[in-house]
Amino acid sequence: MDAADVSFRPAQRTGARRWTGLRRLGVAGWASAGVCLLLSVPLIAPQVLAPYDPTAIVPDAIYQAPSPAHWLGTDEYGRDILSRIIHGTRVSMSLGVVSVTLSVAVSLPLGIAAGYYRGRFEAVVMRLLDVLMAFPGILLALVIVAILGPGLVNAMIAVGIGEAPAYTRVVRSAVLTVREQTYIEAARAVGARDIRILRLHVLPNVIQPVIIIATVGFAVAVIIGSSLGFLGLGAQPPTPEWGTMVAEGRRYLRSQWWIAMFPGLTIGLVVLALNILGDALRDVLDPRLRR
Amino acid sequence: MGRYVLFRVLQSSLVITGVLVMVFMMLHLVPGDPVQVLFGDAPVPKEQVEAVRRQLGLDRPLSQQFVVYISHVARGDLGRSLKTNRPVAADIARALPFTVQLAVAAMALAAAGGIVLGIISAVSRHSWVDGGVTSLALLGISLPSFLTGLLLIWLFSIKLDWVPITGQGSWRHLILPAMTLGWYAGAILARLVRGGMLEILRQDYVMTARAKGLAERVVLVRHALRNALIPVITLAGIQFGTLLGGAVVVETVFARDGIGRLLVNGILQKDFPQVQGAVLIVACAYSLTNLLADLSYGFLDPRIHYA
Repeated sequence: MDAADVSFRPAQRTGARRWTGLRRLGVAGWASAGVCLLLSVPLIAPQVLAPYDPTAIVPDAIYQAPSPAHWLGTDEYGRDILSRIIHGTRVSMSLGVVSVTLSVAVSLPLGIAAGYYRGRFEAVVMRLLDVLMAFPGILLALVIVAILGPGLVNAMIAVGIGEAPAYTRVVRSAVLTVREQTYIEAARAVGARDIRILRLHVLPNVIQPVIIIATVGFAVAVIIGSSLGFLGLGAQPPTPEWGTMVAEGRRYLRSQWWIAMFPGLTIGLVVLALNILGDALRDVLDPRLRR
Repeated sequence: MGRYVLFRVLQSSLVITGVLVMVFMMLHLVPGDPVQVLFGDAPVPKEQVEAVRRQLGLDRPLSQQFVVYISHVARGDLGRSLKTNRPVAADIARALPFTVQLAVAAMALAAAGGIVLGIISAVSRHSWVDGGVTSLALLGISLPSFLTGLLLIWLFSIKLDWVPITGQGSWRHLILPAMTLGWYAGAILARLVRGGMLEILRQDYVMTARAKGLAERVVLVRHALRNALIPVITLAGIQFGTLLGGAVVVETVFARDGIGRLLVNGILQKDFPQVQGAVLIVACAYSLTNLLADLSYGFLDPRIHYA
């Protein structure tokens, strides 16, 4: 096929390219997407799927091993583990969604302003980020929980703000590349205002790295959020949050292993799926990064 | 080089100053009256509230409080715990060796495991061994450390009864926490070594080494690995700092004493001086290990010149 053939059917080629892009997700990527899709069911309607009330205390049913009546067993209050995991999906996933949204909402304007206007504002933002990034891993989230107090909403804020510095750096570096492009110069030359340039030319071009970091960041948010729950600083009992459930079941690991193991394995599976999906999406969205 | 060292040292001092300001401001950022928050809903006599306010220095102007705070920190005084009334610095000094011991053991396991598995994975590229190592690394990056810890406890302490579940004192108590903490860092290092080795094994000088008839082992260790290790050492330095942060969760899982447990207990008991002290130490240690890791780069690789 020569160059002339290519230029005749642009619409078809775009569609084909998109499909090729999706095919590049690979088996693991599709499997992970499947797991994430599966998660959206209990997310929307947990009461339809959950066989029991997740918080109802049933003294007759305590410490029951996995059986046909209770597929994943029951805990020390006789609560059905499967029902709690299903309802916990909503808690853990909303923790991920809210905190990632918060990270993006904070980092997008800050990163764009720092990268576009540069100068003193950028210097101040960057030094501030240096300071915030001196708190490794979960530590910044812990500092915020220490200030706001334990609880699910505060954990969401803590994870969202705690991860925002990393997002801001990504946005800023993307803007640094975009602002040097000819189309920005052209927009300035025809007299477009900054706000128009930022909205129409800069923002659409930095969205892609934001999507990539948000996908990976979702997995990180689930890990940190459930870790806070495990430490007793996130969602408080009897809320069925996965990390909190692991912490509750930890004491019974020797005899009633299912109380901690099933919620724990759920977290592991979800984060694994999100990570694989994040890697696959990054490969599709940004072919330059492919190994 | 000298200018770069000076620049990085200055930059780190700026960061540590920022950390000091942030840690100082923690109590002031608490929504509402911080002293009242410390007491919770319990009815407390006004005199007691005022006494705690004085103990924390909150009755003075903010600027004065900051100067006092800095001068105390400079003298190694991190205040007194609101719960035990013991000096926070003494509690941290008691807990720190346990955390450092855990982080060093975790780093040793991560470096040994990461480098060996990274080489094996690169040498047997696209085989089932490579697949196994890559999956192990992905698991290490994906699983939260409290889950890894529980899985290891379940397998090695409960099912196999090889090592004690919790506590500290001997190397047998250290092995599972170190594995839990080191798995993530090991996974990152294994990925890096694998990538570096694959890149280097394609270089001309490796082909030359093979062409002149050197044994494959010599080519791998003397020619490829030595070059692949340079970024690994720097990353290991950064990871070491991250391990200090990760210790927070691992110490709770294994009920070990340490800075992390001090911090979590401090947050749960609203013991602000203890939280501030622990946060300050971990953040400063992290900044310093990052600085050392950055500077080591220039020393390890003579090809690198800093402008």
